[in-house]
Amino acid sequence: MSFLSTLLPAYAEIFLLVMVSVILIVDLFVVNQNKTLTYVLVQLTLLGCSLITVSTHQPGVAHLFNNMYVDDLMSDVLKLFCYLALSMMLVYSRNYLMVRGLFTGEFMVLALFSLLGMMVMISASHFLTLYLGLELMSLALYAMVALQRDSAIATEAAMKYFILGALASGLLLYGMSMLYGATGSLEVAAVSNAITHGVPNKELLVFGLVFVVAGLAFKLGVVPFHMWVPDVYHGAPTAMTMLIGTAPKLAAFAFVMRILAEGLQPLVMHWSSMLEILAVLSMALGNITAIAQTNLKRMFAYSTIAHMGFLLLGVLSGGIDGYGSAMFYAVIYVLMTLGGFGMIMLLSREGFEADTLNDFKGLNQRSPWLAFMMMLLMFSMAGIPPTVGFYAKLSVLSAVVNTGHIPLAVFAVLVSLIGAFYYLRIVKLMYFDAPESHVPITLQPDSGILISFNGVAVLLLGIIPGNLMSVCAVSVQQSLLLH
Amino acid sequence: MTETLVFYLFAAMTVLAALRVITARNPVQAALFLVLAFCSMAGIWLLLEAEFLAMTLILVYVGAVMVLFLFVVMMLDIDLEQLREGFWRWFPFGILLAAVMVGEMFWVLGNRLTAESGLSTVVQHAADYSNTKELGRLIYTDYVYPFELAAVLLLIAIVAAIALTLRRRKGTKTQVVSQQIAVKREDRVRLVSMPAESKIGSAKKQER
Repeated sequence: MSFLSTLLPAYAEIFLLVMVSVILIVDLFVVNQNKTLTYVLVQLTLLGCSLITVSTHQPGVAHLFNNMYVDDLMSDVLKLFCYLALSMMLVYSRNYLMVRGLFTGEFMVLALFSLLGMMVMISASHFLTLYLGLELMSLALYAMVALQRDSAIATEAAMKYFILGALASGLLLYGMSMLYGATGSLEVAAVSNAITHGVPNKELLVFGLVFVVAGLAFKLGVVPFHMWVPDVYHGAPTAMTMLIGTAPKLAAFAFVMRILAEGLQPLVMHWSSMLEILAVLSMALGNITAIAQTNLKRMFAYSTIAHMGFLLLGVLSGGIDGYGSAMFYAVIYVLMTLGGFGMIMLLSREGFEADTLNDFKGLNQRSPWLAFMMMLLMFSMAGIPPTVGFYAKLSVLSAVVNTGHIPLAVFAVLVSLIGAFYYLRIVKLMYFDAPESHVPITLQPDSGILISFNGVAVLLLGIIPGNLMSVCAVSVQQSLLLH
Repeated sequence: MTETLVFYLFAAMTVLAALRVITARNPVQAALFLVLAFCSMAGIWLLLEAEFLAMTLILVYVGAVMVLFLFVVMMLDIDLEQLREGFWRWFPFGILLAAVMVGEMFWVLGNRLTAESGLSTVVQHAADYSNTKELGRLIYTDYVYPFELAAVLLLIAIVAAIALTLRRRKGTKTQVVSQQIAVKREDRVRLVSMPAESKIGSAKKQER
């Protein structure tokens, strides 16, 4: 019993792994084509995970498995948002995948496996577990993109994702091995300690850092390592795109925090300037290229690149303000992206993908409520008050200004203005253009309620952002022991 | 002294084999040179007293992975001419990029690379020290968490591989085992009663 109780902080991961194995077996005996039992079990698993995460929460930072696993407030909060994002993804995509024959047990099992990978990443305090978590997550995602075997474009997207993902993993591992060579440890805290006390080979350290940052940039999809993002977002079935674009970004944020803000904090001078270049290029290229897109999924892909650039702005500002606002930005970004891709799936039907700009023409005449929800989401992505996207951008910008990077902040505001154009173009298409098709929109009750919740949440959080913001700030403060 | 000589022998072999992997025209030869590179690398690991890892490299990579690789190379009809298309056209550009990168590295590192390496020597162990035992102890104690995660990774690989390859394509003829077993004689052989042919000749008729 005493052994089991030492594993307390990791109960959520253990429960998830056990449940995935159970679902894998149960699914074999589910004859129902709609896989209702599997679906219910998956949702219950997510609920169970969140209950366990909340109930096993302890104040302070707990280490486990020889300091390879860390449980702190930041990991708990991020995990809870990951469960929420995955659960929402399943609700949105259920009907979409069912009519395409993709709502299989394997899909749900792989989704849960990728969640396990994210959880491992989020609470990793050792390079080895960070890397293994990343691979757990990525391997499941590669397979999910390829699940639609008869679609050439999905297969191509899966190949690109797989090969570039493998390249990024290679870069990351190479960098980690150099860091190990320079500091003699793979443990995040020990690496940080060793660097503070001075290492004999500073050049090796910086070389390792360059490779690690390049690998991270690949995974985040920021310029100049962004080539895979548009193709994968466009080619994958929308449900998989939604999964790739949401919860993994939270895990990637945790990864950046663990490796850069905790492990390589003494090298902050070096990596913050690298992040600066990445952020500036991403925001510029993402926002400008998105204007030329006629496909909504591709447009969201470029907007993702721009959003990730914004997120890096928060990270490079540092401190409670910077890291807290970056975390807030990541959570809000996930909420908005869920809504955006959810809307594409709601408007899609059998044999039809509502993923071009023309499909949104005159949406107000076909369904005023959905058009209003989409307007809220677009306003939020563009950063227009009173939606929460405005507050997210504002908090990042104020952190940037407080650290004295005024030109950077001005640049960010300017490119965001350019970005506002393509978000507002959708609002214009929905409200001022005549619809191209008059096929009635059939809403499933569950996803219909969820999109309303999603849109209203974007608005409400924008009016009262204080609670979520302080949760982010406190969790970052407690995890990094900042004062 | 001997150790240094052996090291340089293996190192030269590794580098040459690796070079041949990328320059060999025949993909089968390239794969075989990769095997040679692995073998000489295993020799270097032996010098570092990592016996278990050296053996595993030979057993797993040479014995399993590369054999599989050779099978795939032989089964796929790889058109080398098609692969080499455009090689010389892009060659100057590639060389330029490589030269820029090498130049940048030298510019950043300068002569500091040679000045101080900071590398430590191999720790010497007693003769009865077991590399395998130490690895086993570490994997099941300190590194049990990553070890379990690697196991989960393999499980995902199995699920993904099955999900991606096991599918029913329309129009393919697959065996249905239950039907095959439940088949009766009547389904396979049809006995037809026909009147005997009469045209052939009168001799046969008389025999009957």
